[in-house]
Amino acid sequence: MTNAGEALKAAPWTDPAARPYVRIERITKSFGDFKAVDDVSLNIYQGEIFCLLGASGCGKTTLLRMLGGFETPTSGRIFIDGEDMTGVPPYERPVNMMFQSYALFPHMNVEQNVAFGLKQDRVPKAEIAERVATMLELVKLGGFAKRKPHQLSGGQKQRVALARSLVKRPKLLLLDEPLGALDKKLREHTQFELISLQDKLGVTFLVVTHDQEEAMTLASRIGVMDHGEIVQAGTPSEIYEFPNSKFVADFVGTVNIFEGKLIEDEPEHVRIGSEELGGTIYVSHGISAAPEAIVWAAIRPEKIFMSTAPPQSIDQGTDNVVRGAVQDIAYLGDLSIYLVKLPTGKVVRVTQPNTSRHAEAISWEQQVYLSWDASSPVVVTR
Amino acid sequence: MRRVSPLRRVGVTGRGLVVLFPYLWLLLFLLVPFVIVLKISFSDVDLAIPPYRPLIEWIGKNSLAIKLNLNNYAFLFTDSLYISAFLNSIKVAFISTLLCLIIGYPIAYGIARSSATSRNLLLLLVVLPFWTSLLLRVYAWIGLLKANGVINNILIWLGVIHEPLTMLYTPFAMYVGIVYSYLPFLILPLYANLEKMDWQLLEAAEDLGCRPWQAFYKITLPLSRNGILAGSMLVFIPAVGEFVIPALLGGPNALMIGRVLWDEFFSNRAWPVASAVAILLLILLVPFMMWYQSVQARESAGAR
Repeated sequence: MTNAGEALKAAPWTDPAARPYVRIERITKSFGDFKAVDDVSLNIYQGEIFCLLGASGCGKTTLLRMLGGFETPTSGRIFIDGEDMTGVPPYERPVNMMFQSYALFPHMNVEQNVAFGLKQDRVPKAEIAERVATMLELVKLGGFAKRKPHQLSGGQKQRVALARSLVKRPKLLLLDEPLGALDKKLREHTQFELISLQDKLGVTFLVVTHDQEEAMTLASRIGVMDHGEIVQAGTPSEIYEFPNSKFVADFVGTVNIFEGKLIEDEPEHVRIGSEELGGTIYVSHGISAAPEAIVWAAIRPEKIFMSTAPPQSIDQGTDNVVRGAVQDIAYLGDLSIYLVKLPTGKVVRVTQPNTSRHAEAISWEQQVYLSWDASSPVVVTR
Repeated sequence: MRRVSPLRRVGVTGRGLVVLFPYLWLLLFLLVPFVIVLKISFSDVDLAIPPYRPLIEWIGKNSLAIKLNLNNYAFLFTDSLYISAFLNSIKVAFISTLLCLIIGYPIAYGIARSSATSRNLLLLLVVLPFWTSLLLRVYAWIGLLKANGVINNILIWLGVIHEPLTMLYTPFAMYVGIVYSYLPFLILPLYANLEKMDWQLLEAAEDLGCRPWQAFYKITLPLSRNGILAGSMLVFIPAVGEFVIPALLGGPNALMIGRVLWDEFFSNRAWPVASAVAILLLILLVPFMMWYQSVQARESAGAR
């Protein structure tokens, strides 16, 4: 997979000297008493694909619309390439937006739609024709210039919308659920096209999506939003492997969360006693939490091993091992999902790849051992 | 064995009956009267009841004579009264339509962009005048516009004018009456069109560099073209043949074809000439009606 991160020279967000391209400073947007966006600060670097990920109503679209100039922030400021954008109307911003509904002009053909923004800027005719043709070629719509939007498929409309928003060479492209209206196969295909297009043009992308898979594939970094705040920002793997809260762990991917109490708190390991699990969890790194504090251990389904025989690690103690009965199995072809019910009543989700065609199948009601590495659980304190 | 109803056996189906009804209606109340008028327009005037001669006559044994009198039509083109009445009607209808559009477009736009709750109230207000008879409403305008009417009294009281303005029985009063009466016919189809508009298109236009007025001119206006045409036709077509409003508000000089038709029919008892005027008016308006139909068909097909 080619993540956009690789298109960037290095990870500029780790470099304190790097100058952010888009700087969002303490932006708040209130609608009456409701804070749609609550004191958000964010730096986006040139050439990034930054994804705002969150459920509907989390404020991600409002934040996007403030960058586009369609909403005025209640407080805070937005800088793009060093210029203060606060109060600049949409038609004067070096920003373009790809709308979720595509918002193609129905009375214009593909060519006229794409040329619209350039005409508006009074670009010379010959240059318009050339840039539109190049852009249509780039999104593989060369033969569709004279079609009207209603004669196009969903995927083609999406490309026209993309071409129209890119042809003006904006400093920042805002994409509102860019793949939301496409079916699954087309979506996967388009994700990679979008990345290669972004790589070619070098435009900074800000994508809003509720689809974590989309965010994971596209993004150089993801900002997870909840209740108007960015709860965590980081690379896809940081977000997935090192979530900083129950919410992020649960929102990005699926996860098993066990509530427990810190019973051993050492600099290089911790041990958590969990009633929910009916056992202890040993984690091979230290955490910063008060002793005896309530914490949550989050373990991804693919990081849990399932076996009918006791795992070898059981000789070293009873940490990180539990028994349970298989309650449900979902066979997905490439992998299977097992729901295993522990004696405590907690149901644990386990995924196992189907590596062999003739594997000895684990079946319903079977008693199994679940175990995991000491490095697998993530401990979060909120 | 399945029973077939006796009606069905002779080819009468439920669907057939349903479709038949509107056709029957049109036949009885549109086509038959039209044919009668057409027939009269080719007749000779006569001092009789009815005041024209039949088209078809028996002359002698076994021979039938059909006599089409084209003089009525020829007469319309020889006397400049009719031509100028036609032209004036078209002028008045055109200006009225334009005025309705200038006043009605912002109203329809405003209603379409208002919140769902206030929208219904506003639409109700547009339709509300229909609850009173047109004649009463036109009479009310006489009370407003006359020399010692409401408007003049208020203006004098405010000190804006010292002498009452002559408004009643002028073209101004006639336009006020026509625009006032026909405005809802323009607002409603235009609203129906604008209401379907995707307002995000305007944001897209602004995003691509349009100021709000440019976005209106380049996006909203062309997209509401069908609504503008439909509404304009609904004003223009009846306004050409309008009789009551010019007669009541326009005074003696308001020479419109509806007025001419009335005079020929009732004052001169020249039914054949009046019928010829009616037929000519119809021929004049048919292209506009067909245009309206095609606009409507396009609108409901959704392709713009």
